[in-house]
Amino acid sequence: MITRVDRSRLPALGPDPPFRFPEIAHHTLANGLKVRTVEHSGVPVVTFVMQIDGGLGADPAAREGLAAITADMLDEGTGSLSAIDVSDALARIGAEYDVEVGADATIFNLTTLARFAGRGAKLLSEMLFAPSMRDADFERVRQLRLDRLRQLTDLPPAVAERAFLRLLYPSHPYGHLAIGTEGALRAVTREEVVQFHAGTLVPSRAMLVVVGALSHVDLVTIASDAFGGWTGDRQMFAAPRTAADVAVDMGSSPRLTVVPRDGAAQSELRLGHLSARRDTPDYPALLVMNAILGGQFVSRLNMKLREQKAFTYGVRTGFDWRRGIGPFAVQTSVHTAATAESISDTLTEMSDLRGQRPATAEELSVAQASLTRGYPRNFEIAQQVARSVGQLALFNLPDSYFEEFVQKVNAVTAADVTRVAQTYLDPSRVIALVVGDRKATEDSLTQLGFAEMHVLPPSG
Amino acid sequence: MTTTITLPYAKRTLPNGLDVIVHEDRRVPIVAVNLWYHVGSKNERRGRTGFAHLFEHLMFEGSEHYNGGYFLPLQQAGALLNGSTNSDRTNYWEVVPTSALELALWMESDRMGYLLPALTRERFETQRGVVLNERRQNYENRPYGMALMALSAALFPPDHPYHWLTIGDAEDLRAMEFEDVRSFFRTYYHPANASLALAGDIDTERGFELAETYFGDIPAGEKPSSVHADASVAREVRLVLEDRVELPRVYLAWHSPAMFAEGDAEGDLLADLLANGKTSRLYRTLVYDKRMALDVSAYQHSREIGSFFLLASTAAPGQSLTEIAALIDERIQQLADEGPLGEEMERGLAQAEAHFMYRLQTVGGFGGKSDQLNAYNVFRGDPDFFGHDLGRYRRATRESVRATARKYLAFDRRVLLSIVPRGQAALALPGSEPVSVS
Repeated sequence: MITRVDRSRLPALGPDPPFRFPEIAHHTLANGLKVRTVEHSGVPVVTFVMQIDGGLGADPAAREGLAAITADMLDEGTGSLSAIDVSDALARIGAEYDVEVGADATIFNLTTLARFAGRGAKLLSEMLFAPSMRDADFERVRQLRLDRLRQLTDLPPAVAERAFLRLLYPSHPYGHLAIGTEGALRAVTREEVVQFHAGTLVPSRAMLVVVGALSHVDLVTIASDAFGGWTGDRQMFAAPRTAADVAVDMGSSPRLTVVPRDGAAQSELRLGHLSARRDTPDYPALLVMNAILGGQFVSRLNMKLREQKAFTYGVRTGFDWRRGIGPFAVQTSVHTAATAESISDTLTEMSDLRGQRPATAEELSVAQASLTRGYPRNFEIAQQVARSVGQLALFNLPDSYFEEFVQKVNAVTAADVTRVAQTYLDPSRVIALVVGDRKATEDSLTQLGFAEMHVLPPSG
Repeated sequence: MTTTITLPYAKRTLPNGLDVIVHEDRRVPIVAVNLWYHVGSKNERRGRTGFAHLFEHLMFEGSEHYNGGYFLPLQQAGALLNGSTNSDRTNYWEVVPTSALELALWMESDRMGYLLPALTRERFETQRGVVLNERRQNYENRPYGMALMALSAALFPPDHPYHWLTIGDAEDLRAMEFEDVRSFFRTYYHPANASLALAGDIDTERGFELAETYFGDIPAGEKPSSVHADASVAREVRLVLEDRVELPRVYLAWHSPAMFAEGDAEGDLLADLLANGKTSRLYRTLVYDKRMALDVSAYQHSREIGSFFLLASTAAPGQSLTEIAALIDERIQQLADEGPLGEEMERGLAQAEAHFMYRLQTVGGFGGKSDQLNAYNVFRGDPDFFGHDLGRYRRATRESVRATARKYLAFDRRVLLSIVPRGQAALALPGSEPVSVS
């Protein structure tokens, strides 16, 4: 006999399932390379994450894009293998290979079937530590990146990201996209790439995470066989600086900037300011605060701008966490006619959360629940686990971090949310950027109360 | 040596016609709830395009017994959720902690059974506005964003349901009537036109029991008749569209075998060996050796009624689309004459097998195990298709790939579209007719 459902109320939730992060085994190879292994059963797949300290924040001044072009050169040939041969070797083991150049680290990912794990590791090791760096390949890759940069000027979100970083970080190594600038890309030489590679891809700046359907012993043996022979000579080249330690100029950028895009169907918006470092003890409270303001579908901003006013397909806020100070920002794309009102609504919501309309008990519990109850799904796939373990090292977090996360978020109170909103959000410091139709928006934008409106060309 | 790849499941059909599929995977305490309705923009008609997708938005606005936004209770329970519409189907999914499975089933069943009492004109108007913004953001305000619209309109005749894109015409969206919602819901949103997959931390018998509890009393509907339509292109059509872009791009499109039909898997393999990775024939020629193009891509766009095969390449600064297109044709001709090399077939199969494996890593979301089981069930009537699907790639031969290239990638039956910077129509392939899309 099947019982029928009671539709007079929502079904009660069961108890939250206990969450255990799998054991992270620590190893150090003879060459000093730190290795972390995690056993992850289910699908016979192995993921390697090689995380190198530095990232775009290590780009020298006037050489923005150096870290990224260096990373890009690493699948362009090694030993007797040409760029084509490397691509072929990856395809033959069904490998997925990609590189992410972040603010503080460059992350190389390779995922392959478990039966090819040894071959995958060996190939990755040769690519990363013995790249050919041929002249012809360098010139081709440089030109492709210059052309891509030119194409980005067509893409409103990319134009916005680029200009916004410059406004947030005037004259700071965090103040550019990984791809860099046209002038820097034209100026960079192959020798500089070779040196940057030699200075950054060294065991002391690296951590390898291996996650897959094998035992710790097998995983570390594979890592050791492939990466144990790698030595970096740090005597020859100075290690690049770390962006997190460079002082930040907090207040010299104009408050309102427009990048004109005549006839644009929508305005791409960025609003925010530098706000917090990843190591702040207020991290859990900031996550909760963000969820309430704009970090999820049911947030105040999305409900107002999308679900009430239909100004946009969606709006999100977030912290861009870095070792050094990172921005809090709102991003959205709104109907041109709604540009100014979207900005003032956003500023109002930011301001209200600081005290006028503090987080309600329901908002607090929704935000906490959405951050914690679904937490285990962030660790379903080997690559998610590997990336997470990499984050622990990047931000100096203990291995127990993931298991403590839920408890820490649930300990946040409404008063904490108000306090961190007051401490870390400041509407009077918000930098507003509009990529959109200048003529159609100028009149209403000038009435927003910003001292003046600056105009930037799309190519930056 | 090959790896055995399987996707075990159990399936039952409730008396009201709802297919229920359960797959157990107890590694992580989460369950994916995935619900497909066999309706998409192919069920629309001229002048009413974009309706299926707009309707999907309305499904998140509340139902009779939970008359408020769909996201709130589910996010509060830790769920990740979304939905999507394409030409052939609409899917909805939640990935929930095991403790919130019943909540997700309650919510999904309430909007399947009791959507209309909660639908108001005001909600309809708001979502119409949201969708118009989605269209501006993802099509109108995006470089090359109108290409697929122009190509679909040229490949398929005006009454063919693939003539328009799922997002619909802006004018149609503005003209949409609230009253149309009712009949659309009654025709397509009922158990006999749906398929429910549960995958993850759940016992199979318990899954069927819960499905019966929550969906069992929703009245059966009539299975809508399937859509049939023919399309062909009898000549080479050349079009040009001016856009806000820096660099010109050429698109080449052909009709190709429908999803799972003979030649469909070969279409995927062809796309791979032509344009996937540096080893592919076109990347190597156009981007690596000659540096004429910035990129090249190929895709067998598999769909229920009929597919199309799409090639695209962006010219490097100062390079000519005409020369790029000529080289592409040369390489296609070579494939049609000689077929692929043995090593290209080995590589293609290795990649196909790996990608099948990677798709098994997650229970939910777009393309996860629950979504795949529903795809097989809805399009093949049988979730037990994983092995057959992979088998299509394993059985492909040099000859079958050559034959597919020869039969489908013909030069005298295709659409060529040049997208060029505004005011530079001369950069298009010679003889291109201006086309307008909005």
